[in-house]
Amino acid sequence: MMRRLALALMLALAALPARAAVSPDEILADPTLEARARGITKQLRCLVCQNQSIDDSNAPLARDLRILVRERLKAGDGDSAVIAFVVARYGDFVLLRPPVKATTWLLWFGPALLFLGAAIFLWLRARRRMTAPVAPAPLDADEQKKLDALMGGESPRRRGSP
Amino acid sequence: MRLRFIIPAVLFLFLGAGLVYALVAIQSGKKDPSAVPSALIDKPAPEFSLPAPEGFPQGLSTADFKGKVTILNVFASWCPPCHAEHPLLLELAKEAKAGGFQLVGLNWKDKDEKLAAWFKEAGNPFSHIGADRSGRVGIDFGVYGAPETYIIDRDGRIRYRYAGPLTSERLRDEIRPLVAKLKR
Repeated sequence: MMRRLALALMLALAALPARAAVSPDEILADPTLEARARGITKQLRCLVCQNQSIDDSNAPLARDLRILVRERLKAGDGDSAVIAFVVARYGDFVLLRPPVKATTWLLWFGPALLFLGAAIFLWLRARRRMTAPVAPAPLDADEQKKLDALMGGESPRRRGSP
Repeated sequence: MRLRFIIPAVLFLFLGAGLVYALVAIQSGKKDPSAVPSALIDKPAPEFSLPAPEGFPQGLSTADFKGKVTILNVFASWCPPCHAEHPLLLELAKEAKAGGFQLVGLNWKDKDEKLAAWFKEAGNPFSHIGADRSGRVGIDFGVYGAPETYIIDRDGRIRYRYAGPLTSERLRDEIRPLVAKLKR
């Protein structure tokens, strides 16, 4: 009985979301609003640690921003309005997923462009090889003599024949 | 035929030169890859009005920026780099009157009594200090750590932001020239 209980407890603990830094006092009473808040804060970068979202980060600034996001939601802002509020202060860099705009075109489409360029290059090269196979230059007299010597003066035989 | 070998060699040379340049720039402190550009450059400073911390005469509000070139320093007593740059701020404060600018402080997420104790010993370089106890005004400025230094022009627009402790090189190369330009 005791062991079963311990196992159940361990499993329950293992199932907890391990990474979120949200402390209980930050959580909103309204579960749908809280879910929206979590969704938003997962998209926002913590500028103190730079590779964590503010949902994951324990930095005091991340906590302040989590609370701020929840306040904006409670005040009735839509998700995109809340994100715009934070971006207006911290710039596009707070977005973990960079927006598609003129300055980020190279970032978003660069890899596809590189792939396309390489594909075109390879295709052109393959086509050139196929349409115009380069015929080997005929042997000159000197080379022919050497070859004949190597072949023992015999006419070439097929390799591997008995 | 020879060209086939030259093209990759030249490309590689360019790549190598670029990498060496970046490495040198980072090592010498000219370039900081983790620096975040301010979203507020050339935009009006956010509206705020903050009381002075206990024991200091002048609070800070947006209205204080009108008509003057302002250097705004975001600082806190709990932040070691702020202590490190403090002598430079005192130096800057001495130039303020003749230099035609004001040096003001945003005391970010600090305790009034700790600040008072520090400045009693080290001296106060600021003509105005706003006590941003909750850090909300800091967030409006896009502050993500202390210290940060802003330059605000006479129309109340943010023209410059540097995140990190000031050095005498930065004062000489960036802060003083920009202040001199804005004052004209």
